[in-house]
Amino acid sequence: MIEFEYHHPASMDELFGLLDRYGEDARVMAGGTALVIQMKQRLAQPGHVLGLRRIGGLNSIESTAEGVRIGALCTQRQIENSPVVVRELPLIADAFRKVATPRIRNMATIGGGLVNGDPSQDPPPALISLGASAVMTSKNGERVVPVEDLFIDYYETDVQPGEVLTGVLVPHAPAGSGAVYLKFLPRTADDYATVSVAAVVSREADGSCKDVRIVLGSVGVTAIRATQAEDALRGKPLTDENIRAAAALVKDVVDPLEDFRGSAEYKTDMAEVFTRRAVEQAIAFIPAGN
Amino acid sequence: MNQKVRLKVNGTDHELDIPARRLLVDCIRYDIGLTGTKEGCSVGVCGACAVLVDGEMYASCITLAVAVDGSEITTIEGIAENGNLHPVQQAFIDNGGFQCGICTPGQVIAAKSLLDENPNPTEDEIKEWMMGNLCRCTGYYGILNSVAAAAKNMSGGSK
Repeated sequence: MIEFEYHHPASMDELFGLLDRYGEDARVMAGGTALVIQMKQRLAQPGHVLGLRRIGGLNSIESTAEGVRIGALCTQRQIENSPVVVRELPLIADAFRKVATPRIRNMATIGGGLVNGDPSQDPPPALISLGASAVMTSKNGERVVPVEDLFIDYYETDVQPGEVLTGVLVPHAPAGSGAVYLKFLPRTADDYATVSVAAVVSREADGSCKDVRIVLGSVGVTAIRATQAEDALRGKPLTDENIRAAAALVKDVVDPLEDFRGSAEYKTDMAEVFTRRAVEQAIAFIPAGN
Repeated sequence: MNQKVRLKVNGTDHELDIPARRLLVDCIRYDIGLTGTKEGCSVGVCGACAVLVDGEMYASCITLAVAVDGSEITTIEGIAENGNLHPVQQAFIDNGGFQCGICTPGQVIAAKSLLDENPNPTEDEIKEWMMGNLCRCTGYYGILNSVAAAAKNMSGGSK
């Protein structure tokens, strides 16, 4: 483990002062499940770690007119068990419940997970499929970034120097839509996904696809929105043939890394299979009468 | 550079002067001297190092002691009361819940954490929760039976 100094800022102002003073030599820490391991492995070597635990007001979950605002320091377990999230954003509760183990979910936070920029995490595909945004706060004010645009490259995000992710705004799923998050786990229940897919589908009165969002995880350097597949399905009848044709298009946009979970070719094939299953299951979840 | 860290471990206050890099598992084992908590994988996966931090189960191998300054920590040494084993400990003995024993402190802490939150878990809920604690002796059925037995015994009001 590297040597560093730990700071407990008690307010955002104090945090911004420390970020100013230490610049690139500082790292902000929420739950620490990712950063502590990176420091043990010397992948991250900050001279100063700025812990957020003593800053108040960052761990609330509030219902708003458009959806739910989740504070950056909310733990994953807090989110999966929140009555507000379970009621208003069942897709999000389900995605968080599928992360690792209860012990990790007790520690890891929504904000820490997002700024870590790991493309294999479960929450990003689900959050992007609902059009969620991240609130970045700096001493100059707030900036709202769609989660879809947050991830730049492998473990690289759009968080700017001096900025801290303080909350996530998650809109409700569109009225009358069905939504699902599928996580393919061929090895162990606590593993990262081999492939994961979030799908949100709504239907016109004539049975055609009114709107669809498909987002994949673990099959590229960031979570991937499959816009070609969405465009191929939108406006078309939701037939088996059209769903299969749309799902086949994700093979052109995924670029998985080969690892012990499978070859790149295998993961590419599974991306298609799980996209098709996710769309089919999302349709099955559309409430009766829609 | 050392930093001051205050922890209440199993009801006893400790004021420590330790480097920020000190992991909670090392702090508990070497600074405080309670060696019941084990380190297995060192990356938060195996569950051997599980402790309760303010009542929540944490992986102490990826927790900085300084980050939980001011918290109450419960380790395996802290769950028996007045010399009586905790019902979870007794259930592991009665139901063959361990073989070599290295994972057992973490298994017992995990089971206690589950039953604190959900006193009457279903079999699936037990499996889902205990899935995060690995046993290289593959004694999983003994573990699941132990947790189920503890839940049954505790719901009788023995806790």
